[in-house]
Amino acid sequence: MELAFYIHIPYCIKRCGYCDFNTYTPAELQITSELKDISNSYIDLLISEIKSARIEVGESAVIPSIFFGGGTPSLMEASDIGRVISTIKDQFNLAKDAEITLETNPDTVTKEKLAQFLAAGVNRLSFGMQSAVPHVLATLDRTHNPDNLPQVTKWAKEVGFKEISVDLIYGTPGESKEDWQRSIDAALSLPITHISAYALIVEEGTKLAAQIKRGEVGNVDDDLSADKYIMADQAFTSAGFNWYELSNWAKPNSESRHNIFYWLGKNWWGAGPGAHSHLNGKRFWNVKHPNLYKERIIKGESAVAEFENLESIQIESERLMLSIRLPSGVEKSTLNDKQILDLAGYVESGHLDQANWNLGRATLTLDGRLIADRILREILL
Amino acid sequence: MPAISIAKAPQPAATNPAQIRNFCIIAHIDHGKSTLADRMLGLTGVVEDRNMRAQYLDRMDIERERGITIKSQAVRLPWRSGIDNQEYILNMIDTPGHVDFTYEVSRSLAACEGAVLLVDCAQGIEAQTLANLYLAMENNLTIIPVLNKIDLPAAQPDKFAEELAKLIGCQPDDCLRVSGKTGAGVEVLLDQIVKQIPSPVGDPKAPTRALIFDSVYDSYRGVVTYVRVVDGHLSPRDQIQMYSTGVRHEMLEVGVISPEPMASKGLGVGEVGYLITGVKDVRQSRVGDTVTTHNNPAKVALAGYKDPKPMVFSGLFPLDGAEYPMLREALDKLQLNDAALVFEPESSAALGFGFRCGFLGLLHMEIVRERLEREAGLTLISTAPSVVYNVTLDDGNNLVVTNPSEYPDGKIAEVLEPIVKATILAPSEFIGTIMELCQQRRGIQKGMDYLSEDRVEIRYTLPLAEIVFDFFDQLKSRTRGYASLDYEPIGEEAGDLVKVDILLQGEKVDAFSQIVHRDKAYAYGVMMTGKLHELIPRQQFEVPIQAAIGAKIIARENIRAIRKDVLAKCYGGDISRKRKLLEKQKEGKKRMKMVGRVEVPQEAFIAALTTDADKVSEKKK
Repeated sequence: MELAFYIHIPYCIKRCGYCDFNTYTPAELQITSELKDISNSYIDLLISEIKSARIEVGESAVIPSIFFGGGTPSLMEASDIGRVISTIKDQFNLAKDAEITLETNPDTVTKEKLAQFLAAGVNRLSFGMQSAVPHVLATLDRTHNPDNLPQVTKWAKEVGFKEISVDLIYGTPGESKEDWQRSIDAALSLPITHISAYALIVEEGTKLAAQIKRGEVGNVDDDLSADKYIMADQAFTSAGFNWYELSNWAKPNSESRHNIFYWLGKNWWGAGPGAHSHLNGKRFWNVKHPNLYKERIIKGESAVAEFENLESIQIESERLMLSIRLPSGVEKSTLNDKQILDLAGYVESGHLDQANWNLGRATLTLDGRLIADRILREILL
Repeated sequence: MPAISIAKAPQPAATNPAQIRNFCIIAHIDHGKSTLADRMLGLTGVVEDRNMRAQYLDRMDIERERGITIKSQAVRLPWRSGIDNQEYILNMIDTPGHVDFTYEVSRSLAACEGAVLLVDCAQGIEAQTLANLYLAMENNLTIIPVLNKIDLPAAQPDKFAEELAKLIGCQPDDCLRVSGKTGAGVEVLLDQIVKQIPSPVGDPKAPTRALIFDSVYDSYRGVVTYVRVVDGHLSPRDQIQMYSTGVRHEMLEVGVISPEPMASKGLGVGEVGYLITGVKDVRQSRVGDTVTTHNNPAKVALAGYKDPKPMVFSGLFPLDGAEYPMLREALDKLQLNDAALVFEPESSAALGFGFRCGFLGLLHMEIVRERLEREAGLTLISTAPSVVYNVTLDDGNNLVVTNPSEYPDGKIAEVLEPIVKATILAPSEFIGTIMELCQQRRGIQKGMDYLSEDRVEIRYTLPLAEIVFDFFDQLKSRTRGYASLDYEPIGEEAGDLVKVDILLQGEKVDAFSQIVHRDKAYAYGVMMTGKLHELIPRQQFEVPIQAAIGAKIIARENIRAIRKDVLAKCYGGDISRKRKLLEKQKEGKKRMKMVGRVEVPQEAFIAALTTDADKVSEKKK
C-alpha cells in the first residue's frame, strides 16, 4: 500500500492575525528554551509516533511523499528534519523519488539553512508569501517584508531546489484589485514551479475576526473575491501554471504529489499534535495541545483524540466533494440518474464543461469553479 | 390542625348546602395562584406531603412549563374552620388567567359565590386582575382581597393593600396577607372563606339545573364535564340532557375531584363535581350550557351561555407538504378538547395545502401551535395573524374575509374591522410612551385614572388588527415590562384599509399579503421588502422584491445573485469538517420552501412577521 506522511510542526514565533491553525508561540506555551532544544525534544516525540504508525499500519508501506506543515516547520533544526526523514526511511519504504516538502517562512530562513534542509533530504519548498503589498500584509498581521521573497527564492534556486512553491491569499479586507494584481505579478516574477492561492476565510476566534466584529477592519467582499479568482486563474494560466485543483496551479510535472493524495482519497498518516490521518476508510486526528501530545507519546499511549469510521455514504460524499475540485472531475458512470439530471442544468448554464460532459465526465469550467459547493450540494446523496 | 380526612367529611349528595363554600381564585399570570392552590391542597389534607409536586393541578405539560393555567380544575376540599370548629366543604375552582379565555373565566365565576382576589404584593394590581375583578363584581361574588408573596424582599403589602382597598371599597386591614410559597396566612384565608363567602342557595325539589363551567377531553374516559349544581340533583344512571342541543346522554359516572376524580352517589344543590357521559367531543358538552334531566327537564336555562367566537385567524401550513394529513389529524385531536378552536382547509400558492385556523386570541394561537409542533412532531409555517373583515363591495354584495389574500381587489364601498376596548395598567412614568404607541396604532383614548400616586390605568379603543401583530411586545418593551394589557371586543367600525401584496420576482406571494391602514401601507411595504431582503439568501440569479397595492408598486429591494460559493482550502485536516458542513447545508435545503424559483427559508416566513429588526439582521450572517 501507499501511505503519504504529514508531519506537523506546531510552533511559530508569532501568530498571524487570520491564523486558526494548531500552532503555538513560545509565550503561549510558556517555554523559554532555545528553538534548538524545542526542535530536538519535539522531533523525539515525532519519531516515537512514526514508530507506532509502523505498528498500526502493519506493513512496510511505500511512502511517496512527506509534507512538513505547521506552524513554521523551517524553525526546526535541519538535522532534526533529517532525523524524521531517516526514521520514515527505516520504518517504511521511502520511494526513491519521494517528494519531501517543507513549509518555510521567508522571514526566518537563511541561505545556509536552506542548504542544510536540502542536505537533510528536503526537495521541495513552500513559502508563505500571502501578498506583495505592505498594507495587505499589515491587515493580515504578517511579519515579513515582501522583499524577502525574491531573496529567499533566489537562494533556494542557488542552493539547488528545483520545486519551489508560494502561497497567496486574496480577498483581504482593503485589498483592491490592483493590489491583488501586484501580488500576482510579484509571485510570477519569482523562480517558482507551483502556486497556491486561497480566498481569505475569517475564522472565529482569530484576531482578525475580532477586529472585523469591532469594525476596525472591513468585511471580506465575496463578489470581489470572485473577480480576483478569475484574475489569478487567467494570469497563472498565461504564465504556464495549469490548475490541477481549485486553489492550486503548477508548471507541468510540478504538481504537489502529497496534496493529490488528499484529493484522491488515498491513505496518509498525520503525525504531531492535531494532525489528521486517513487510513482504509477511517479518519482519526491527534490531540491538539503539544503538552497533551507529549504526555501521550511519553506514556506510550496513542495520541488520537477522535476518529470516525466512514460509512459508505460518507465515503461517497467525500469522493464527490474532492473529485469535483480537480480538472478530471467526476465520472458520469459513477452517478445515478437524478444526479446526472441535476448536473445537466449546470452544463447548460456553462458551469460544467460541455465537451467533457459529452465524453462522460462532469468537470468544472472557470465559472463552475466559483460555485463548486453549490453544484456539490445538489448531487450529494 | 383543622384538616378532616376526606372519608369522614360530609359526602357528596349528602352535604347540607349551608356547609358548602364555592370560590375561585382570580389573579394575574404569575401572581401565584397555582402555588396557593398547592398550599390549600396540602393544608386540607387532600394531598399528602409526599405526593405533593409543584403546581399540582396544572396537568398539561405546557401549563407546567410555562407556569400558566389554561384549563380549569375544580377541587373539593374538606375544612374544619378554626373559627367555629365546624366542618365545611370548600370547592376551589381554578380559573384560566389569560385575556384570551375571558368567557371560560366568566363561566367559572358563575359557578361560585365568592372569589379570592389574589394580588402579588411585589408587583401590584395588573390589568388582568382588574378585568377579572370587574367580572366577579358583575357576577355579584363576594370578594376576599388577598396579597400574596409576602415572603419576597420586594413585597410592599401596605402600599398595595391601600390600592386594593380603594378598588374594592373596603379597608386596607381587610386585605389578607399570605405567602403561597411558605404557607403563611393560608389557614386564616381558608377560615375567612368559610366566614365571608355565602353558602350556595338553590331548590333541591326544582327540575335539575347544573352549570357546565368546564369540559375536558380525556383519551381514556372521553369528555369530562365539570358542573355546579344549582337546583335539583344529579345521580348516576340519570338520563341527562344538554339544554342548548336538547341531546340526551346517559350519566355513566358522577363524582368530585379531590384532587383525583372520585365517583360519588351524586351531586346535590350547591355542589361542584364532574360528569362522564360517554360523549367524545367537547362540542357536545359546552361551557356555559345547562345540564338538566330528561324526565324532568328545566324550562329555563341558566343565564350566560355563549358560543365561543374566534377573534384571530392564521394560516397553518406543514413545512413538508407530505405532512398535511398529519396536521389535519392533529388539529382534529386538539379540537376534541378545545371548543373554541375552528379550522378549515386552505391552499396557498406559496405554501401549498394547510388550514386557516381561528383562535380566541394570540395566546390561544401560540398554545395551539406549540401543541401541534410538540405533540404531533410537526414543523409548521404560520402566516401573520389576521382579523375578520366585513367588506361591502360597490355592487352591494357583502363578503366576510378571514384570509388577507382573499381580500377583494375590486371596488370596495366600505370595510368594517373589529374594534376592542383596551385597558393598560402601568407605572405613570410611562404614560407618554404608552400614549404614543396607542396613537401609532390608531387608538382613541377613552380615559385615564390614577390607581395610586405612581400607577395609572389608561383606556383606549383600538382596531383589533393593530393588537394582534405585536402590540403587547411593544408595550412591554416600552415600559420595561411593567405594563399589563387586557382587551375585549366592542364591535366593528369602518376603516380606510388596503391590501399590500409582496412579490418575489414579479409573482405575488400570497402568504405575505396583509391588510393595513392606507396611511401605513407605504411603511409596511418598505419594512417587509427590507426584511425579506435580509432573510432570503442570495440565489444564483437576481431576486427583485416588491411591495404593491393592486398594480401599484410602493417599495422595492433587490437581492443580487451570488457569485462565489466554494471553499478555498481542502486539505487533509479539512475534509471531515467540510463534509459535515455540506451535509448540514443539504439538510438545511430541505427546510427551504420554493416560491417560484426562489428558495425561501422557513425562518423567513416567521421572522418576516415580527418587528424585531435586530434579530433579523443577525440571522442573515
